[in-house]
This record gives sequence, structure tokens and C-alpha cells, in this order.
Amino acid sequence: METYQIYSLTSAVLFVIGIGGVFASRQFIKKIIATIIMGGGVFLVFVSFAQRDALSFADPVPLALVITGIVVAVASAAFALALARRIYQLTGEESFTTEK
Amino acid sequence: MTDLPLSPYPALLVGLPILMAALSLFFKNRGEAVVGLTGSLLTAGLAVIAFVDVTQQGTVIHILGGWEPPLGILLRMDPLAAVFIGMTAVVGVFISLYAWRYFRTQETATGGFPLFWPLWLFLWAGLNGLFLSNDLFNLFVTLEVIGISAVALAVLSGKAAALTAGLRYLLAAITGSMSYLFGVALIYGSTGTLDLTHLGHVLQPGTTTTFALVVITLGLLIKMAGFPFHFWLPPAHSSAPAPVSALLSALVVKGAFYILLRLWMEVFGVSLTYAAGQLIGLAGAIAVIWGSWQAFMQTSLKLIVAHSSVAQLGYLLMVFPLLILAPGESADSADWLSNAWTAGIYQVIAHAFAKASFFLSAGIIIMALGHDRIESLRDLVGNMRITALAIGLAGVSLIGLPPSGGFMAKWMLLKGIFLSGQWWWAPVVLAGSLLTAGYVFMLLRLAFAPAREKEPFRPVPKKLEVYALLLALGSFLIVLPADSLVQFLESSEIFGSGIETIVEGGAHGND
Repeated sequence: METYQIYSLTSAVLFVIGIGGVFASRQFIKKIIATIIMGGGVFLVFVSFAQRDALSFADPVPLALVITGIVVAVASAAFALALARRIYQLTGEESFTTEK
Repeated sequence: MTDLPLSPYPALLVGLPILMAALSLFFKNRGEAVVGLTGSLLTAGLAVIAFVDVTQQGTVIHILGGWEPPLGILLRMDPLAAVFIGMTAVVGVFISLYAWRYFRTQETATGGFPLFWPLWLFLWAGLNGLFLSNDLFNLFVTLEVIGISAVALAVLSGKAAALTAGLRYLLAAITGSMSYLFGVALIYGSTGTLDLTHLGHVLQPGTTTTFALVVITLGLLIKMAGFPFHFWLPPAHSSAPAPVSALLSALVVKGAFYILLRLWMEVFGVSLTYAAGQLIGLAGAIAVIWGSWQAFMQTSLKLIVAHSSVAQLGYLLMVFPLLILAPGESADSADWLSNAWTAGIYQVIAHAFAKASFFLSAGIIIMALGHDRIESLRDLVGNMRITALAIGLAGVSLIGLPPSGGFMAKWMLLKGIFLSGQWWWAPVVLAGSLLTAGYVFMLLRLAFAPAREKEPFRPVPKKLEVYALLLALGSFLIVLPADSLVQFLESSEIFGSGIETIVEGGAHGND
């Protein structure tokens, strides 16, 4: 099995774990972590596609995209955590109470 | 692509609101609002100039920093983008004016939400950027700008209910954009390009492309609250302050629809099948029925309006099955394509005007009564004539009665449905209108009913009522230039096109 195939498979598994976690769990923190795992999976796909043949250097475009993506993902996660913390301070709730 | 006329407007349409948003952060309370309102008026003015420019020159482009694609970023403003930008500007200006007055009345309790202005301008920049983008990754970035500023706006009040709804909205938005980005990665991996125009030529049908299509479509459906991912919309839209609800329902959800439309028509033509169109149409049809029914069952005004958004967005999805031709049909013989496109565009614009007006009216009622339980709407006509008229007009446009913009949309949709022979969508359109009529007339019945006890209607600034009424009137006035609007849109390459499919999954191009 080639290196990029291992990366691609891992990324697909991470993505599925993440998306499952988002829909299956009710707790704020678990959901937020699940989106971060999803993001990890997606960024790994980009990285695995950056590989070209063994001699030349990696394709820089996906790497640049990943950096942008990571910045966005960190910002969203921080925002979500801030919201979760504020909800906890106001109501003491740690999870969504109604359906979904 | 790069031989089209160059224009500075696309860059300015993104840059100016960002600049004004950043500038407004240097001021406090009142100053921030002044800069913010100035910024939104300037942006709207610029959008009008850019719109006129496109009507004269046709599609214009802007190459950022002189770096030509594939290295650099190209912004493209074609007639379709111009119409969406123009709609955002007109609806945005009315909501800005309303917000200016609305937040001033709430100054003592909250400081007048000065943060509304920079967030709204960032949101506006994101929307303009989205309509102008011509590559997949740029679209992702603008989606994120829109998502984060929209959630921040939704939680502006800081109340626990709004925060919970906002967190749910944010999580849905992140999931949607990650799903979208996954598809983008797959497309880049298999073609080595992100440029939409280029992708339309080089994308090959295959498992990877189909999988990318599925995750991108799912991601965008989450973002535009398509069934069955509509769960985040009603709480988020109904718990925000009135001008924000109007922005979210009228403009923000249309962004994801715009991308979906562009990608399906310009990029993914090769892997779309007739069944894919039927499937997304079915999701739309369920949304129309379910959303309207839920709206009918609600007891608070803002929740009615928010659920009605789910239904009205469903109509947009029902346009897709008409655009994908059955095996054996060709775009030349399919004379309903232009009807379907007109229906889609008019549904977008009419809903933007009517829904913005509806939410702004709901804000006025909350201001007058302190809550929005619908039984308190009794004798609304006697107390607030203008708002009652605005709700009535907006409701008529949502139902789709002539001569409103909503009628234009639903009539064209029905025409497209019958001409294309896909008659099974027709009952859905009619049932949706009937259910919409149900909740609109329920509101109007209460508005005309005599009050049981004297409810104290607090006085509300007349200006607010007038802005809401003007938006409602707008959803009627847009019918007047219909001919020239459709003619203008037809100069857009994508407008009026369909996707030809063959029996075995694959397809020929998408011209």
C-alpha cells in the first residue's frame, strides 16, 4: 500500500468518525471535538493529494489551502467553545436538551 | 476567460464593506453605528453602480493584484451575480435603515448593539465575495466569513436561548463547510484545478467525482437548511434581534443556494443523473409541506416566519429536477428551462423582500407588545395599520397570489413543471401555497378581530413601519421589470441552460 493511500483512507475514517460524532452526541464539547476531527480528516486529504512523484517536491497549492482551512477551523472552534462556555455560565447546561 | 472586460467594481464590492467594518471598530457605541450605516449606504451605492456597469458591458472580471489564474484569484461578475448583488444591496439598505432606528430605541438596556454594524458589513462582504467568486476554495472562504458573522449576529442579544440556537447553527455551519471542503479536496486531487470555468471542461465522470458531488451537495444543503438538515434554522432565526432575523432569512441562506446552483450547472454536469435531480427535488418538496405545516402549528409570530423560511427554501430545491433533462431530451427542445430559471430567481428575490419585511414587522410587534404570541395580534389593524398592511402584503407574496413576485415564481415553476411533464411536483406547489395561505390568513384574521381586552400597544417609531412596508411593496414591484430582468439574465452564460443526461449515469457537457 502506498503512503498516500494510507493517508487517504485515514482521512476518510476520521471524516466519518467526526460526522458521526456531530450527529450522535448531545454534549456541546463532544460535538465541537467531533467537528475538529472532521476538519483533521479533510486537511489530511489535501496533504495526501499534495504528494507528487518521489523526486520532485510536494505540490504547494493544497498545502496553502490547508493552512487557510486550519486558520478557519481554529477560529470556528474557538467561537463554538466560547458560546458553549457562556451557555454553561448562564444556564449550567452542557448539552442540547431538545431533540437533535 | 481573461479576455472579458476588466472592472474595479468586483474588488471594491468585497473590499469596501470589509474596510468600513474594520474602521467602525475604532469607534465606540454611537460612532460605530454612524460609520456602520455610512458603510452600508456606500456599499449599496457601489452595488448599484456595479449593476449598471454589468448591464452595459456584460460580464466583467477583476484579477486581484494582477495575478492571473490559475495562480491568482479572479472575481467574475456576470448578470446572475449582478442580480444577487443588487438584491442584497436593496434589501440590505432597508434592513440597515431599520436597524439604525430599531437599535436606537433599545439603547438604554443594551447599548444599542453597536457590534451589529461591523458584523453586518463583514457578512455583506462575504455575500458579495461569494456571488463573485469563480473558484471552489474562494467559495469555501466566503462561506466561512458568512457563517461566522451570521452566527455572531444571531447571538447578539446574549440571551441563553439565542446562544443555544447560535451554537447549534454554528455546529451545523462547520459541519456543512467541512463536508464541502472534503469535496473540494477530492476535486482538486483528481483534476488539479479549482477554477469553476476550467473544471467545467476537465472534470471526468467517475466514482471520485460522484462522491465529491455528494459531499459538496450535502454540505451546502446543511448550510441552506434543506430538508432534512433544516433543524437549526427555526430556533436560530427566531431568537435573533429582528433586523438580524431578516438578514439571516432573506440573504444568508441564499448564498449556499447560489453555490449549489452554480456548481450543479457549471461544474458537475458530467456526473448528474436524472435521479439526482428527482432526489433533491423530493427533499425540496418535503421541506415545502413540512415547513408550511410546522409554520401553521406555531403560536409565536417569529417561529411562524422562521418555519415558513424552511418551506420557501424548499421551492428553490424544486427547481433542480426541472433543470436536469431526462435521457433523450436535449437543451434545444426543452423549452421550459427558461421558465424554471425565472422561477428560481424570482423565488429568491421575492422571498428575500417578503421575508425581510415579515421579520421586520415581527420586530415592530415585539417592540409594541413586549412579546410575539399570535393571539395578541388581535386588533392589530386598529392599532398599527401600516404594519398590518406590510404583513398582509408580504404574506400574499409568500402564498404566491398575483400580482406579487411570489406569484411570478410559483406560476413559472408550475409552467415549467407541466411543460417538462414532471406533473408529480404540481400538487406539492399547490399544497404549499394552500398551507401558506392557512397561516397567513390565520394571522390576518387575528389582526382584524376586535380585541378581547385592551392590550397596551406601545407607540413605535413610524419610520420602522414604513421600512417594513416598503420591503413588502418591493416584493410586488419586482414583477414590473420582469421582461428586462429576464432578458438581462439571459446574457449570462449559465441562465437558461440545462443538463443533458444519458441513461448510464454519465452525461455530455452542460451547455
